[in-house]
Amino acid sequence: MAVKVLIPTPLRPHAGGIAAAEFQAKTVGEALGHLTTEFVDLRKHLFTQDGKLRSFVNVYVNGEDIRYLAQENTPTKDGDTINIIPSIAGGSSRAA
Amino acid sequence: MADANKLRISTELVERIRRQGVETYPHECCGALLGRDAGSDEGQARPREILELFPLVNRREDSPRNRFSVAPPDVIEADKAAQALGLDVVGWYHSHPDHPAKPSDYDREHAWPWYSYIILSVHLGVQQEMTSWRLNDDRAGYSEEGIEIRTGTTVDPECEGEI
Repeated sequence: MAVKVLIPTPLRPHAGGIAAAEFQAKTVGEALGHLTTEFVDLRKHLFTQDGKLRSFVNVYVNGEDIRYLAQENTPTKDGDTINIIPSIAGGSSRAA
Repeated sequence: MADANKLRISTELVERIRRQGVETYPHECCGALLGRDAGSDEGQARPREILELFPLVNRREDSPRNRFSVAPPDVIEADKAAQALGLDVVGWYHSHPDHPAKPSDYDREHAWPWYSYIILSVHLGVQQEMTSWRLNDDRAGYSEEGIEIRTGTTVDPECEGEI
């Protein structure tokens, strides 16, 4: 048993085309660390240069947003599913 | 690789995006592009195809004239709608009211790789240029992709009605 990380479609080309990966991890941060160590190209899309999760990257553990849990310190156990869900945002550079 | 950077879409779907952009002016509109990624049919390369739209509500109520936002529950709903049709969410569209159809730094900072991003310019309530972009792998910029517009309401690979 392990923690399963579901990889959203736009990131799969940077993860060898796979839709999910499993890791031994005690926290969400540890699982994402394993993921971005195995697939280094994912790091720049998930994390800022100073190592923080990008604002448009949403992480859920068993359907719960980690922002309302313990962020990346949210504990995980065997059989948990971590889902990375995009937020989509943008807009023009004109003044509001 | 040329087809990898081309988007095929029907005239009907283009008109629906244009109509939504005009209807929501002076606010930005947004929605999901449902379709199939580039591939091949019987050995013939085919570009990424948009086969349906999933219009969404712009969640940026604080600054809807120059920002749009699609919240995770809407992303999940768009995914479900795509799966129900046997398709994928292959991109997103939004409008730039009174601004060119070019991605901004704000667009780039918030963009995901792989997705196609269609931008429609709407000037003084009148639809203008429509472009499509993909984020470069290094996140430093975008590459514009060609939009191949086909006649009809559905995309038929055999159709030669490009306009």
